[in-house]
Order: sequence, then structure tokens, then C-alpha cells
Amino acid sequence: MADEKNRKTSVVDRIWNALASIKLAVVVFALISGTSIVGTLLDQSGDVSKNLKIVAKFVGSGAAPKVFAFLDAAGFTDMYHSWWFIALLYLFAANLIVCSLERLPRIWNVVREPIRALTFEQANTMPVRREVVFSRKKDEARPAVLDAMKSFGFHAVEAKAEDATVQFIAEKGRYSRLGVYLTHLSIVIILAGAIVGMKFGFNANLNLLEGTSSAVAYGGADKEIPLGFEIRCEDFNVSYYDGSDTPKSFKSWLTILENGKPVLIDGRETTEIEVNRPLRYKGITFYQSSYGFAPNRDAQFKFALIGRDGKKQGVSLKFEESFTIPGTDVKGKVADFSPAIAVDESGKLFTYAEIMSNPAVFVEFSEKGKVRYSRWILLRHPETWDVPDGKVEFVDLWGAQYTGLQVRKDPGVEIVYLGCILMTIGLYMSFFMSHARVWVVMREERGKVRFLLAGSSSKNRVAFESGIERLAQKLSAADKA
Amino acid sequence: MDSSLFFGLSSIAYILAMISYIAFLAFRAGAVGIIATTLTVAGFLSHTCAFFLRWKEFADIGGMGIMRSIPLTNLYESLIFFVWCIMLGYLLIEWKYKTRSFGAFITPIAGMIMAFIDISGISKDIHPLIPALQSNWLLAHVTMSFLAYAAFAISFATAIMYLACTTSDNRKSGPYVFWTVVLAFFGAILIAMGIDFVAFKLTGKGAESFIKNYLFRATFRSASGGIAALSYAMLFVFVFLVWRYGFVLKNVISRFAVSADQLEELTYKCIAIGFPVFTLGGLVFGAIWADQAWGRYWSWDPKETWSLITWFVYAFYLHVRHVRGWRGTQISIVAVIGFVSTIFTYLGVNLLLSGLHSYGGM
Repeated sequence: MADEKNRKTSVVDRIWNALASIKLAVVVFALISGTSIVGTLLDQSGDVSKNLKIVAKFVGSGAAPKVFAFLDAAGFTDMYHSWWFIALLYLFAANLIVCSLERLPRIWNVVREPIRALTFEQANTMPVRREVVFSRKKDEARPAVLDAMKSFGFHAVEAKAEDATVQFIAEKGRYSRLGVYLTHLSIVIILAGAIVGMKFGFNANLNLLEGTSSAVAYGGADKEIPLGFEIRCEDFNVSYYDGSDTPKSFKSWLTILENGKPVLIDGRETTEIEVNRPLRYKGITFYQSSYGFAPNRDAQFKFALIGRDGKKQGVSLKFEESFTIPGTDVKGKVADFSPAIAVDESGKLFTYAEIMSNPAVFVEFSEKGKVRYSRWILLRHPETWDVPDGKVEFVDLWGAQYTGLQVRKDPGVEIVYLGCILMTIGLYMSFFMSHARVWVVMREERGKVRFLLAGSSSKNRVAFESGIERLAQKLSAADKA
Repeated sequence: MDSSLFFGLSSIAYILAMISYIAFLAFRAGAVGIIATTLTVAGFLSHTCAFFLRWKEFADIGGMGIMRSIPLTNLYESLIFFVWCIMLGYLLIEWKYKTRSFGAFITPIAGMIMAFIDISGISKDIHPLIPALQSNWLLAHVTMSFLAYAAFAISFATAIMYLACTTSDNRKSGPYVFWTVVLAFFGAILIAMGIDFVAFKLTGKGAESFIKNYLFRATFRSASGGIAALSYAMLFVFVFLVWRYGFVLKNVISRFAVSADQLEELTYKCIAIGFPVFTLGGLVFGAIWADQAWGRYWSWDPKETWSLITWFVYAFYLHVRHVRGWRGTQISIVAVIGFVSTIFTYLGVNLLLSGLHSYGGM
């Protein structure tokens, strides 16, 4: 009976000891790092041809398909979500928790126990020591010591040890010893937050054409995730840096619909979002992540027209439809369109991109059924807006661009942030604070007072030593004054 | 007055400082030392001016406000800031430890990088920011990451010096082979990049996309198989020479006024500063920013993954030092490995892998 009980505890003990070993920590560190390196080499989005090329670089194109098949089967192409990688992270967390618990009681005892008075012998074994001889009386020495210690931030108290040694003792930063454990705890909290996010949240994408709406977002492999409400893209726009195709910003105007009715967010029906400025509704966040061009017959060309009378008029029309320049009989027909127009060396026009980086419409102007002239009108180039009978400003092609939204629900993110805050505090405590203790032991010898300055510091011994040295100097100076 | 003038001045000052520091090592004359320090400080001040001027130029062109205009958005600008951080660290060490000995090693690197940036002319064109970088987190995330990189770089230098001092008596010992080979590879990569640059200049093409498309094209990745083979042979010879004559470094360091213990202590101090700064600025702020910009605080992007690997190595360093009491050779090797990982996080990921941070490449 007793034997069985022993064996039982020994199994638990063995697991515990295994988890408490630094060796395991090293192995887990190494495994996570090593597999991560492989993971960073391969494309994790599942692009097979790209990965085959990468593998071929290392093993040659002959062996590449076989090696790739092996890596794919082992989960390396979606490694960070594979069961064994997540198991490694769990193991890391378990190891961290057990290692910390193993060492915590000892440290906790130190933290719980305030500084005690030391016998002269004990004080003499402290790592940092310094002697100062004081020529004045004991009563005058007392305030001098308290004063000197106070100027170094030590609020000292007088104490007596077992051997009746009188001393002034003080300590600083006792709780800084817990910094390491706070840091470890914060890592566990961050991992917990990540698990909550994985279990109860989702990560999806949604491409919304201007003017359309959706009640679902799309996870991996076209899995539909219901949002619980509808979201509509009212408009999308990219602005560019002058004279270049580098986007300066891209913005979407979104409306949330519940039962077909718009919901007010911050008092407005439509919310403007851009990169670094998402929209949040009912725990789901919409991030501006990409955009694209999807030409279709329903897209609306928007123009601002100025006729000879100088009045401005906005019009909106579809492909191959016409507008009339106000105050004239001149009609303009949208005959052609290019999302990104450019001129090659021989002067020929061509489309250089599949996004609307330099949109242009070809407008045929006619009067009484006869074509008089035609022009390319470029949205980004106002000098192309002037035509003989007025001004045709190309404002937008609405309904042909889609906004690429990243849709995320992550109830774990607050937990992760909490972990980050704790980690900051923990790191500060462990690296920039130390537990310093000082004993100033006072003895009388032939009418003179002899001080033994003893101390210990959990960190940064050199700085602490020079602090004790300065304390000694301050005491000597007080004696001479 | 524009920033490139000040960049030029600082690179001249660093190179003159290098000459003075070497003269100081040779003659040990106090006056020479003071001249060297004065030159370094002048170079550093000019460097600082240049950095802030460029910041202002960037703000004027981008029109995005001061907070979002810190000139740290491509490899060249980041190198400039990296050198600035290293020089700041060096001056602090010179002041605190009252030793000018390291100057002869630090200033040539600083001078060379600055001259490289200046000659390449890239400091003159300012690229506007893509939307993902338009965030106030840019400032905190990037500056803190680079401060940490610089601290790690100094810890690498002192760890190598420590190993040179303590292991040079036996050429066949593992640690000796380790540090000489690592140092030789660092040197070889720098030289190969220098050759790339010269070869690239001779072809007279524009500077755009030079780094990513041109890396090692003149040497290891040359279109001509002969040149590539020769490059590898040269690499082998170079590694051999560094291994064979590595003890020379010990003789040089023995002229310094620093002991091996101080070197080890410095290594630890730099890591103890770099690690929390890297954790907060690099990982935590990076995660918060990624959460806002991309909707994921962690997406196992290569840069993130390599930062984590680097973080693991330095966490290992700190734990074996505090828990296991490792000192000396063992721990210095860990510090060297940490910096190899750091440099891969900083440069290797941008140059060799692709991912969300890839705009950092040019």
C-alpha cells in the first residue's frame, strides 16, 4: 500500500522534475527556434510553386518535390498552426510555470522578510564592507549617520542585534526580486491571451466592391463566417504622392447595417477607415488592408462639368453613356477606359497596371450627332480636363474598386495587452532596480566611534560599491565639519 | 544647408578620429587621445545635426507631421541611425570607463558606413511613406529596436575581444575556432558587400534596388562560375588567415587599459540594457502597432520570428548567467551567437527573406 503511494508520487514527481529542468527549457528553446527558422524560409501562405522553388535552392530541383512533400506533410508549410508547434508552445509555458514555481518559495521568503539586525561577525561577512572612524561622541554620530543614509535614499532605523551591536539598517527595492517572476507570469498571460484568441476569435478577409454589402467574412479556404450584422462599402479612395504611384493613403467609407438599417457609430452613419485606423463594432474589428480593381458594367463615371457659363455641374453615368456640357449642345460619350494609363517611347498609350493608379477615360465629344474631337481625360492630371467647350473634371469611377478588409474578432487581445504591461513592469524591476541592503554597525572604542558599513545588492555590485564608498566619504566629512 | 553636408562632415571626422585613435594606441600620448575624442564628439554632433535635418526635410516633403517623419524607413537611413546609436554607446563607455582603447575599432566602422552612404548618394532622395508606416508607433518601435541592436553590437565586440584575450593560446580549442570563424565571416560579408558596391558603381546604373538585387552578385552569386568559385576559395583562405593569425588581436587588446573581466562585464551590461529595450520597443510596441495596422499582434512574419529567436538567445544568456552562474568563455559564446541572430533579424530577413517588413529593404 505504502509502496504504491510512493510510486504514484514518484510519477508525478518525475513529470514535475522533467518540467522543472533547465535542460528541457534549452531543448524547447532550441526546437522552437530551429523549426521557426525553417518556417521563415518557406512561404507560409501555402504557395506551392514558390515553396518548390525555395526547396530546390537547398536540395536541387531533382529532390525538391520529395522534400517538399515531406515538409508539407509534416506541417512546415503552415507551421505556426501545426499541432506539434502549438504543442511546443504549451510545453514552453508548462516549463516556464514549473521552473518559476520551483524557485519562487525561496525568493518569496527573502521578499517577505524585512531586513534584520546583524551581529558584528555576520556584518563582517557581507560582500561589501567599509570602515569609518568617527572622532565624536555616540550621540552626535547618530543623526550624522541617519542624515548620510537619507541622502542616499535609505530611510534607516536603529536596531540591536543578539550580541547587542547597535546599528542603523535600511533597504531598498526588496520587491524588485519579484521582477523575474512578474516577467515570467506576463509571458504565460500573453500565451493565455493567444489561446483565448484562437479558441473564441477568428481572422478573416472581406473584399467589398464600392456600393455592395456583406453579412459574412471569409476565413481560410472560403469558409464563411457570419458577422451578425451587415457591412457596406460606400466608397473607396486611394491618394498618391505627387508625381508617383506610391500610395499616400487609402481610405474606405463603411456603414454598419442592422436589419437593413444603418447604425450610428460616433454619431455618424458612415465611418472613414484607413491603415492604422480600423473600425470596431460588436467586438469585430475591420482593418483596411488592401484594395483592388474589378471592372464591371455597373460602375459609375463621375464628372464635374463646367460649361461656358462657368457653372459647375456634377454628373454620373455608365460606360458608353453620354453627358452634355452645360450651356452647350456638346455631348461627351465615355468610349474607353484605362485604370492606369501611360505613354511608351513611341508615343503609344498603354495600360501599365491592373489597379486604378492612373485612371483615364476616353471621351468622344460630338455636336448634333457628329464627332468633333476626342480626348483622354486623366483623373490625376488636371491639365487634361480642359476641352474647347469647357472643363470636364474626371472625379471618380465609383463601383469598380473594392476595399480589402481584414476582419478580426479577438477577445484575447486585452489579455495580451495586460501581459505586455506586466512584462514592461517586470523587465523594469528586474533590470533597472535592485534589492540593496545596508547595515551601519556602530561600536565604541577608546572614546571614538567606529562604523562598519556593510551591504549587499542583488544586482550591479560595482555601482553599489561606489555608493557605499560615497556614504563612507559623507560620514567622514560629517565628522570633520 | 542640407543633411548630406553634415553626413559628409561626420564621416570625415570619424575617419580622422580613427587615425588619431590608432596613433594614440601606438604612442600613448595624452594630447593625441584628447584630439581623437574631440574629433569623435565633433563627428557625433554633426551626425546628430544631419539626422535631425533629414528628419525635418522628411517632414517637409511628406507633410505628415514630425512624429511620423522620423527618417528610419529604409536600409540606408536605418544604417545611419544604427551607427549613431553605436557612437553614442561608445562615447558613454569612453566616458564611464575612462578608456580610449576601443575607439580605434569603432570609428573606422562608423566612418566607413557613413562614407558608403554618402558616396552612394542615396541619402539625397527621400522616399515617401507607404500607409502602413504612417503611425506614431513608428518612432518608438524603430528607435528602440535600433538602440537595442546597437547595444547588442557593442556586446558582440566586447565578447569577441574577451574570447580573443582568453582563448588565443590554443588554436585548436573550440572557442578559438568559433570566434575566429565568426569574425572572419563578418569581415568577409562586409568585404563582399564592399566589392558589390564598387562593381555596381562601375556599371553606372541607378542606385535603386541595389541592395536586394545586387547582394553578392559581384562575388558569391556572380553569373560567371569562375568568379563565384574564386570568391568561395578566397572566403576559405580569409577564414583560414583569421584563424591562423587571430592571436594578433590578443596582442592588440593587451595594449588596452581594460581587463578581460571588464570586457565580460561590459558584454553583460550591454545585453542587460539591450534586452529590456528590445523586448519593449521591438516586440511589445511592434505587436501593438501590428495589431492596429494589420489586425494581428503576431503573425509569424519572418522579421517577428527572427526577433523572437534573438530574444530567446539573449533570454538564454541572462538565465544561464543568473541561474547557472555561467561566466567567461561559455557565456561570451552565447553573446556572439545572440548578435549573429540580431544581425540576421536586422539585415538578413530584409535581404534574403520576404514578408510584411520587406519595405525595410530599400
